[in-house]
Amino acid sequence: MSRLAGLARFLYEFVVGDDITIAVGVVAALAVTAAFPNVGGGAFWIVPVVVVALLGVSVGRVARKG
Amino acid sequence: MSASLLVVAAFLASAVEAVEALTIVLAVGVTRGWRSPLLGVSAALVVLAGIVAVLGPALTALPISTLRVFVGGLLLVFGLQWLRKAILRSSGLKALHDEDAIFREQAEHARAIGALAPARMDWYSFTIAFKGVLLEGLEVAFIVVTFGSNQGSIPLAAAGAAAAVVVVVAGGMAVRAPLSRVPENTLKYGVGLLLVTFGTFWGAEGAGADWPGSDAAILGLLVFYLAVSRVLVLLLTRSARAVPEPAAAAE
Repeated sequence: MSRLAGLARFLYEFVVGDDITIAVGVVAALAVTAAFPNVGGGAFWIVPVVVVALLGVSVGRVARKG
Repeated sequence: MSASLLVVAAFLASAVEAVEALTIVLAVGVTRGWRSPLLGVSAALVVLAGIVAVLGPALTALPISTLRVFVGGLLLVFGLQWLRKAILRSSGLKALHDEDAIFREQAEHARAIGALAPARMDWYSFTIAFKGVLLEGLEVAFIVVTFGSNQGSIPLAAAGAAAAVVVVVAGGMAVRAPLSRVPENTLKYGVGLLLVTFGTFWGAEGAGADWPGSDAAILGLLVFYLAVSRVLVLLLTRSARAVPEPAAAAE
């Protein structure tokens, strides 16, 4: 059981890393793109906009912590 | 264009991870002998090849749109980690990767474990080399499988990654020291940009979006993300400089 828990923790850290908001934001952006593929003249812009927001928020949080 | 970027991404990611793995293997090899660490490296390479051989065909069996959403999402999450750390390192908010310091630390630890009879299997060296190569190589295997399956050419991505390993190992053998002059942080920055670019392109396309300019949008995304990341580095560097030193603030 502890090995399974260790493997799960390793996979989580390997894929998600130390900021879960990035993973949640990416999944949300792809879900919105899939739900509204024709919004605003084509939904291609949704993921890049979310990516920029996630990056800004994530590095800004580290900067504020010092 | 996608095929050449695929090889570049696999090569750069593999080069960065190979430099890190080489430092670990060199530290135990120089300190405790080469037989056991080289066996550890071989075992790790066999495991990594097995992972690529199993996961590659499994992914390519998925319908193309499902594959693109899945792989695009993974690349985005993974790539954003790389890019985030690269931005923090470039702006001085995170320490740069120092291969010389890591080599010294690993070598000191290997010496502290104590001497060993030359003919015996050194499980410490084996395990350190195995873990180092496996953990660093997992990221490369992940990139080879995801990029290769999406482009329909896992062998091409694997060739790019293998070429980087050959170059790095040859460099390491030539200088017999960690490759501290390799601009590792810059390479990581580049790989992060490529992962996020392809993740965005494939993820959005798989989710049903149409990219203006089709494949040419990849280059546009790359330039866009490069510009955004440079702006973030600039803003973070300025804000770090604007924070007064505690002693100066008290005066």
